[in-house]
Amino acid sequence: MGFWEKLKPDFWDRRDSELELLNYRRLWRTTFWLAVVVTLAPLVFLAGINFYQFARQYELQRNEIDNNIQRLMGTSRVQISYFLDERRAALTYVSLADTFEQLSDLRQLSAVFSRLRRSFGGFVDLGLIDGAGIQRAYVGPYNLAGRDYKEQDWYKEVQIRGIYVSDVFLGHRNFPHFVIAVRHEREGEPPYVIRATIDTGRLNELLRATDLQPSGDLFLLNQQGVLQTPSRLYGGVLARFPLLTSPPGEWSGIKQMEDAQGAPVLVGMARIQGTPLTLVVVNQPKALLQKWDLLRINVIIMVSLSIVAILVVIWWVSSTLVSRIYEADLKRAATLHEAEYTNKLASIGRLASGVAHEINNPVAIINEKVGLMQDIMGMSPDFPHKEKFLRQAKVIQDSVRRVSEITHRLLGFARHLPLKSEEIHLEALIKEVLGFLGKEAEYRNIDINVRIPPGIPTIQADKGQIQQVLLNIINNSLAALEHGGEINIAVAPQGEEQVAISISDNGVGIAKEHLNSIFEPFFSTKGKQGTGLGLSITYGIVRKMGGHIEVESEQGLGTTFTVILPRKQSSAAKPEAAAE
Amino acid sequence: MEDKEKVMAEAFVLIVDDEKEFLESISARLENRGFAVDTANSGDQALEKIHGALYDAIVLDLMMPGLDGMATLKLALQRKPDLQIILLTGHASVQHGVEAIRQGALDFMEKPADLDALVTKIREGKDRRMELDAQSREEAVRAALKKYGW
Repeated sequence: MGFWEKLKPDFWDRRDSELELLNYRRLWRTTFWLAVVVTLAPLVFLAGINFYQFARQYELQRNEIDNNIQRLMGTSRVQISYFLDERRAALTYVSLADTFEQLSDLRQLSAVFSRLRRSFGGFVDLGLIDGAGIQRAYVGPYNLAGRDYKEQDWYKEVQIRGIYVSDVFLGHRNFPHFVIAVRHEREGEPPYVIRATIDTGRLNELLRATDLQPSGDLFLLNQQGVLQTPSRLYGGVLARFPLLTSPPGEWSGIKQMEDAQGAPVLVGMARIQGTPLTLVVVNQPKALLQKWDLLRINVIIMVSLSIVAILVVIWWVSSTLVSRIYEADLKRAATLHEAEYTNKLASIGRLASGVAHEINNPVAIINEKVGLMQDIMGMSPDFPHKEKFLRQAKVIQDSVRRVSEITHRLLGFARHLPLKSEEIHLEALIKEVLGFLGKEAEYRNIDINVRIPPGIPTIQADKGQIQQVLLNIINNSLAALEHGGEINIAVAPQGEEQVAISISDNGVGIAKEHLNSIFEPFFSTKGKQGTGLGLSITYGIVRKMGGHIEVESEQGLGTTFTVILPRKQSSAAKPEAAAE
Repeated sequence: MEDKEKVMAEAFVLIVDDEKEFLESISARLENRGFAVDTANSGDQALEKIHGALYDAIVLDLMMPGLDGMATLKLALQRKPDLQIILLTGHASVQHGVEAIRQGALDFMEKPADLDALVTKIREGKDRRMELDAQSREEAVRAALKKYGW
């Protein structure tokens, strides 16, 4: 399915299952196939109807052509039969009008011959053959008198059937001729045969005179499939008719065949009774069939092009549509997710502030009580275990301090102050923050490198908030470092609108399973030393300023926090407003 | 409290808080450090006491039932603008802090407060009050000089 791999929509293999609201693959399939069916079904249906109608039309025209051929064949056959019958009747008449003796007289035979020529035309010679097969008298261009025909086939046939019509042959002066022989039989007289050779010119004229279509053909074949009259398409007399697979006369009627070029031709055949001849009508309904083919091809091409175009458009539309829905849904789900998270932070904040306040009052009392105890013990003379009591009091006071630190941070976390906005030079600000932490870094032999390229634009933000953000993150980095580690702080513009501050350390790193929860309140990996609020507060502040934080970490190699802040505070960047 | 003691004391302080235990121990501790301490457990009582005595500094809890710290601060300063009031609260927020300073409080501290820090603040309050006193006395002298044209 390499094709599919290239064509499938973008979202096909994306799987953010938590954020997906629908089965997008199914949506795409439904959209695609529905559109395909709705658009292609009528197209295919119409094309089918069109096709059917063309076929009908073709059938009708084909029938008309068939009828034409049939009619032509009928009239031509009658004419040819009539032509042959006429000549045979003439010869029969000659044999009846004169006796054998009279015809044996060459003058008498010549007179008959010239009468025949005058009245019928086409007679080339005339011979009289007696019962023994010897030509008694002959008028014509050859010297055939006295020839013995007894052993020849035609003579035998005429003896049996009373008449014989020969195939066409090239005789006198290479003109095509054929022979008609008639047997004379009368009671009390010896039988004899009158034989005449007839020029086919008249026959040809007869055939040519028919109302043939310009692309059609009409001719006679003998039983061997040899042309007896000239044809327009298949050569002159005595050429072979190429389209026959079986001897002519085996069937009569109309058949569709293919010519040498493979074009369809309609061939009609009819035997002419009493002769070896078969009448053939050939019609090449070229124009018609070509038109039909053209139409068919046109329809097929048009339909195929339309189908391809429709498929492309539908594919594109359904892919774009479903992709957009997918993106929109994803965005919405992400927003919901984020809103939920912000909400959670906000309600935790409210809870935290309430708890902090409630705790602070009793803690203050404890603080004062312990302080008083210490004061009293300090002023009292030595009593048993005084040192121990002082130590206990000291521990209580330390613990009170720790509790108050936590509650103060909780209160800081819960703060919903509107942000002040002022021009901040990041370089100066970072130096200031490092001023707080520099001592610790120095003491622990940790290098802090700050790389700020010249020309970093100032940003508009709340100075205290950014200080707190940087302080929190750098504090975390310090906590992650062993003695002698390194922290790199870099500032770089991010596009036109934003500035990125990245703080990377080469400390212990964050475990993969913790990466997702580091911004959640009360999540801490520092054990007892951490409240789990630092990064959560940081995250809240940065979001409030319209920026975001990215974390990359590899366990054992270090962590990079990148804080991306907008250069200008937009009024829209107050997601907290909805949560309050 | 005897007047003599007050004069001898490092400073005369009024502590206002609704928590009785807190009042007791903090006043004991301050007295141990040589301060003269008076207490009030509500805003109303505090205002009464302010009316009748001259305190070097007042430590005022922000969250109290009835008249709260901010209201007490306003009323007290209306009556005696040179009062040095330190607000103390378990619900510290910058908002409240800014508000309190704007109203004229000396400072704003978070509970539980470090006693040494509080002591320092009280001393500061006393110094400021003395300064104001000196100023007003000077002004009075100047006015008298003017008047009698010496």
